[in-house]
Amino acid sequence: MTARIGVVTFPGSLDDRDALRAARAAGAEPVPLWHGDRDLRGVDAVILPGGFSYGDYLRAGAIARFAPVMAEVVGAARGGLPVLGICNGFQVLCEAGLLPGALIRNAGLHFVCRDQRLRVESADTAWTSEYATGAEIVVPVKNGEGRYVVDERTLDELEATGRVAFRYVGGNPNGALRDIAGIRNEAGNVVGLMPHPEHAIDPLTGPSADGLGIFVSVLKSFAAA
Amino acid sequence: MTETEQPYAELGLKDDEYARICTILGRKPSDTELAMYSVMWSEHCSYKSSKVHLRQFGEKAPETDVLLVGMGENAGVVDVGDGLAVTFKVESHNHPSYVEPYQGAATGVGGIVRDILTMGARPIAVMDSLRFGEIDHPDSRRLVGGVVAGVGGYGNCLGLPNIGGEVVFDPTYAGNPLVNALCLGVMRHDRIQLARAEGAGNKVVLLGAKTGRDGIGGVSVLASATFNDPVAGDGGGPSKRPSVQVGDPFTEKVVIECCLELFDRELVTGIQDLGGAGLSCATSETASHGGSGMRVELDLVPLREPSMSPVEVITSESQERMLAIVRPVDVDEVLAVCGRWGVLATVIGEVTETGRLEVRWHGEVVVDVPPASLADEGPVYERPFERPADQDAIQAATPDSLARPQTGAELADTLLRMVGSANLASRRWVTEQYDRYVLGGTVLAMPHDSGVVRLVDDSDRGVALALDGNGRYARLDPYAGAQLALAEAYRNVSTSGARPLAVTNCLNFGSPKIPP
Repeated sequence: MTARIGVVTFPGSLDDRDALRAARAAGAEPVPLWHGDRDLRGVDAVILPGGFSYGDYLRAGAIARFAPVMAEVVGAARGGLPVLGICNGFQVLCEAGLLPGALIRNAGLHFVCRDQRLRVESADTAWTSEYATGAEIVVPVKNGEGRYVVDERTLDELEATGRVAFRYVGGNPNGALRDIAGIRNEAGNVVGLMPHPEHAIDPLTGPSADGLGIFVSVLKSFAAA
Repeated sequence: MTETEQPYAELGLKDDEYARICTILGRKPSDTELAMYSVMWSEHCSYKSSKVHLRQFGEKAPETDVLLVGMGENAGVVDVGDGLAVTFKVESHNHPSYVEPYQGAATGVGGIVRDILTMGARPIAVMDSLRFGEIDHPDSRRLVGGVVAGVGGYGNCLGLPNIGGEVVFDPTYAGNPLVNALCLGVMRHDRIQLARAEGAGNKVVLLGAKTGRDGIGGVSVLASATFNDPVAGDGGGPSKRPSVQVGDPFTEKVVIECCLELFDRELVTGIQDLGGAGLSCATSETASHGGSGMRVELDLVPLREPSMSPVEVITSESQERMLAIVRPVDVDEVLAVCGRWGVLATVIGEVTETGRLEVRWHGEVVVDVPPASLADEGPVYERPFERPADQDAIQAATPDSLARPQTGAELADTLLRMVGSANLASRRWVTEQYDRYVLGGTVLAMPHDSGVVRLVDDSDRGVALALDGNGRYARLDPYAGAQLALAEAYRNVSTSGARPLAVTNCLNFGSPKIPP
């Protein structure tokens, strides 16, 4: 049976269609999920996509985390369901307490959109098993509030326990502490990152197809389970 | 009606224009009517001075079988095959951007996107063409920073890839920056919508943001105004500040998704965006183009400030609003779709057979006019024009008179100055602030010759767009300059591998009443 990957649309989500497209490209059945539904429609994994949920006029992701669907996402994630937060989705995961830290305004105070080199620091997650640890990939980064911050002790702990999932290489676009582009939870089923793998699934429309591995990884994690 | 003098001159109407309004109505206009005529007959809305020239675009247009919707609607629509059509349009938002750079530029993007949405299309890309004074001009930091942030802030939050454009610095534009925004949309042929109110009894539904006091009389006060003090940091002075609208891209995003769902479910029979002149324009244009009448209960319009007067409500340019014409049987479903998207929707009136636009305020009739007199039958002027006195001198000054580097050192200096020039340097510092990837269809964007986007998934069909102009050429020789602008855009599209199919334009002129 084809694995089903759900993508939540919040009001103001922008990259939801892109995430659905990436799920399809990886071989999954893409399933749109609605912010107002307390229902994950039996999906095998959930993606919280990029965008400006509720306009992000308040702190990014601060309102989205209260959406009815998020209660389901949080519960399912604690139960082991693979959950990926991309950009605004990463911000929502931090606001929801599934990942530590916060994403604040870029150090340069401007929105930055560029093709970004990343190093995969942890291939031991539901979303990164297709990569070798230490592999370098190129995917777009595009955000105004992407600077990852957390207290020093947590930073040390994240590094000591291998929970940094991605790091910026060849220039840090937003001043994120220790060049952190993405992190994972201890179990490895929840991953959040600022860059956009869903925009790098086809060299025609992205800088590479390096991002496809994220979506293929989660499919393989179902097969292995 | 009061017998005292009406303030038509303060609203920008001339004596003969006011007399004409009285003739049309057979009486003096009410305050609300007068306000509506003043905004609808403004240069911005009526093109009263440029119409006689712009007509040439229709008269001289080459024969084509790809044009599905031509001039007169919110944007042109061309067939691109596979049952798909694209629509695209460029508009200026120059003066608002000078007064308040961020909001002026942001709402410029928002306005053009609504024009494209109004045609029934999903907006899929934007471009922007910007002109500023010299980069080291004292006011340039405020303007450049604000405008670029506004274009990016609105477009990024709306989820539209910015795939190209221009940024040019020239002393000519000091105190008068040009902020032109383009939007491209795609639709299936059978989804094309028109801005027409037809079918007596059909309901008039206002969608989107509440109506506030921002942008009151913006088109008449601001868009065509001239600023006396071009270097003043606060623009045209505090009295004009409220004329600039304030953008809310989040609301526009949900309005877009909501309207596209309404189109898909065939729940609207006509739709118009609210831009310049707000409800005055949307109600009179849809009624006029539909050959119908309309009755509007203006007090049903949801307001940000309950103390607003009917004049303010009907001329407000609050952003992110659309006017939909809906069959009575579909009203509940329309309201349900809007509710699902969190979009405010209110029935404010209905289409009638009277041929009159009738507006009531708490039961009292405050407007009763023929809609065409507002929308289509405004004054048209043949302004006198002549060749500028300095044109011959400008053309006589050939490059031969310019100093040339004579030594290696001078050549090196020239080269360094060129490399360091804001007009030749990389524009990455601008374009990096724009999301070019969202929607996942961008094939080419800056710094390529044109932007190229894939139209729909599961198809390799795409379109290339270029936005070009050379103000210096146009100043030297307007006719050849315009030809060269077209040729440049043509080349940029061609070199991307695309076949040029259609053009649109955005002409930025000074006031037709003030000689250069």
